[in-house]
Amino acid sequence: MSSGVGMTESRDVSIRVPVLARVEGEGALHIDVRQGRIEDLKFKIFEPPRLFEKFLEGRSVHELPDTVARICGICPVAYQMSAVHAIEQIFGCDPGSWVRRMRRLIYCGEWLESHALHVHLLALPDYFGCASVVELAKLQPEAARRGLRLQGIGNKLIRMLGGRSVHPVGVRIGGFYKAPDDAQVEVVLRDVRELIPQATDLVHWLAEINLAARAPAQSFTSVALRHADEYPLNEGRLVSDRGLDIAISEFDRHFVEHQVPHSTALHCLLHDEPYLVGPLARLNLNHDRLPASVLSQITGVPLALPSTNMFDSALARAVEMLFCLHEAESILCNYQRPDRPYVDYQVQPGVGYGCSEAPRGTLWHRYEVDADGRVLSARLVPPTSQNQARIEADLRTSLQDIGLDQADEVLRLHAETVVRNYDPCISCSTHFLDLRVRRD
Amino acid sequence: MATTFKAVNGKPTVAIHKFSSCDGCQLAFLNLGEPLLQLAELVELVHFPEAGPVAEEAQVDIAFVEGSISTQAEYARIRRVRENSRYLITIGACATSGGLQALRNHRDSADWLAGVYARPEYLDSLATATPIAEHVRVDLELWGCPINGQQVIAAVRSLLFGVTPVVNHDALCLDCKRNGNVCVMVTKGEPCMGPVTGTGCGALCPQMGRACYACYGPAENPNTASFSQRLQGLGLMPQQISDRFMFINNNAPGFTQAAKDVVGGGDD
Repeated sequence: MSSGVGMTESRDVSIRVPVLARVEGEGALHIDVRQGRIEDLKFKIFEPPRLFEKFLEGRSVHELPDTVARICGICPVAYQMSAVHAIEQIFGCDPGSWVRRMRRLIYCGEWLESHALHVHLLALPDYFGCASVVELAKLQPEAARRGLRLQGIGNKLIRMLGGRSVHPVGVRIGGFYKAPDDAQVEVVLRDVRELIPQATDLVHWLAEINLAARAPAQSFTSVALRHADEYPLNEGRLVSDRGLDIAISEFDRHFVEHQVPHSTALHCLLHDEPYLVGPLARLNLNHDRLPASVLSQITGVPLALPSTNMFDSALARAVEMLFCLHEAESILCNYQRPDRPYVDYQVQPGVGYGCSEAPRGTLWHRYEVDADGRVLSARLVPPTSQNQARIEADLRTSLQDIGLDQADEVLRLHAETVVRNYDPCISCSTHFLDLRVRRD
Repeated sequence: MATTFKAVNGKPTVAIHKFSSCDGCQLAFLNLGEPLLQLAELVELVHFPEAGPVAEEAQVDIAFVEGSISTQAEYARIRRVRENSRYLITIGACATSGGLQALRNHRDSADWLAGVYARPEYLDSLATATPIAEHVRVDLELWGCPINGQQVIAAVRSLLFGVTPVVNHDALCLDCKRNGNVCVMVTKGEPCMGPVTGTGCGALCPQMGRACYACYGPAENPNTASFSQRLQGLGLMPQQISDRFMFINNNAPGFTQAAKDVVGGGDD
């Protein structure tokens, strides 16, 4: 698929990439360029729908944490967190401060695992001209191994509270099935402390690579949870940098999901406009909530916040990884084993909302439950369905910015890089990526 | 339709294919850490889109297949994967038994699609989500939701030595006893699925003080009839017992039948 010399902007070409690599799940890209103009552009998601919302109906709420985890292998904890918060809201159950801290801890584990996986295994190979982390490990052995170690500590934190890192089994309504013992905590705390300097090095290393120099800033709306005094994980109000400030129960009044023919994930819009969720949006809206321990280690890092340069996303992930390690350290060094790792609750009928910050962004759940604790209806709005419209808008701008007269191979690689930068979690969003650029 | 050995760089070739799934079983590779780099020295990973290499139609020595068959396109693709693979291993509950999404097989899924999607006609979705072995020959099944790294490494190591991998499918109870766990069914009256569930997870749930929910699928020859009786003895209603079987591995024949026997009044 060569593009000859002297091609003008008005050439009509067709590019196909049947499988987009290094994303979670199955998606496709379809771009039509005619006479130098993008005529049609679709970020296609054809991951088969698995209909979770439907088979939750009639099941006991006690099965929810184990069921919703199966929506996503990379962020099962996020699904468990949004679900337990929603159900506890219905039951009027407050699990107390120990459970609250442990939920932040297991969530930090998932952010570390997911961010380190994305930065090193999925995104970074693009910037070093290689196809996989295996190749990256030959070019940048230290950086690749540091990434795998950061991923590893995330998995350890999840395992400590959940038994295993994928579909962990420790989370229940009201708290946890088992509290870790002091010996477990001590081992994990030592590992966390060892990795803090490595996460700091990652932030500075990524700042030096300066991925943001690859593309200009764009205009978009950031959306994330915001908490009164913490960097948001499980709780907060939904806010945007354009004035939105709502309780999570008001989501439906502002955000609307649409089905489009080219995606099995519903597109979600805020006031009819695309918006961004995820690490960069979170950091844009919550950088003032980073603890001093994190801020002191990133002084001098050229990351002006808020940033509307999407290629600051990797750096945002690294800052969040550093935050997670500090948060984990602070929770673990004050750890006290409770008498019981959960609280009792009374099953009650009602409607409840759960909204938490999955590694890839805001994950909103709504459940209606009957008096026997059976799910009557469930609605789940995952981060990737919210980012889809933003990804399409970004692709349009980015491809025009680098010039549609560029060689097909250049356009294709740039488009893939733009998409991967969002860390789309496609299995999650449906409910695969082949790139087709048709120029006719 | 055995293909010839397609060694690349003197190494056996491996592909990892995804069908309808959550991607969690591929993480058994991606979460290996340093051993992932070592694995890449032992075998040539020719197709593993989530990690980078894409060669969907490549002929390989070992194909790992994640996910169940739930669309027309998947139905056609699994046949090509089989033709192109010398040794095919299903990984996880979705590929091996259909997974959680196979719950649709027992209901009217057209209604379900319409319940989630305003325009179901845009979708290529079959009425069922089915295991790989229902469509093509499978050489080895690795159960689990999710499988873990040890399972895949053990399988690859055996195959590299020219030995057929052996999978232990004893009841979870045996592992649980060896680990010295306190039985949650005996001591707490929990409806633990351990007696009818295959081992492989390390008896994680009982270790957490909770009942096993059978994510590793049915054990060899599970005595589901007397197990259901035991659950009744613990005070569970037939629907609750049926739900215990009709969960992660609902489409595994032993579990589907056990659930029918309970709610159907148990005519055998």
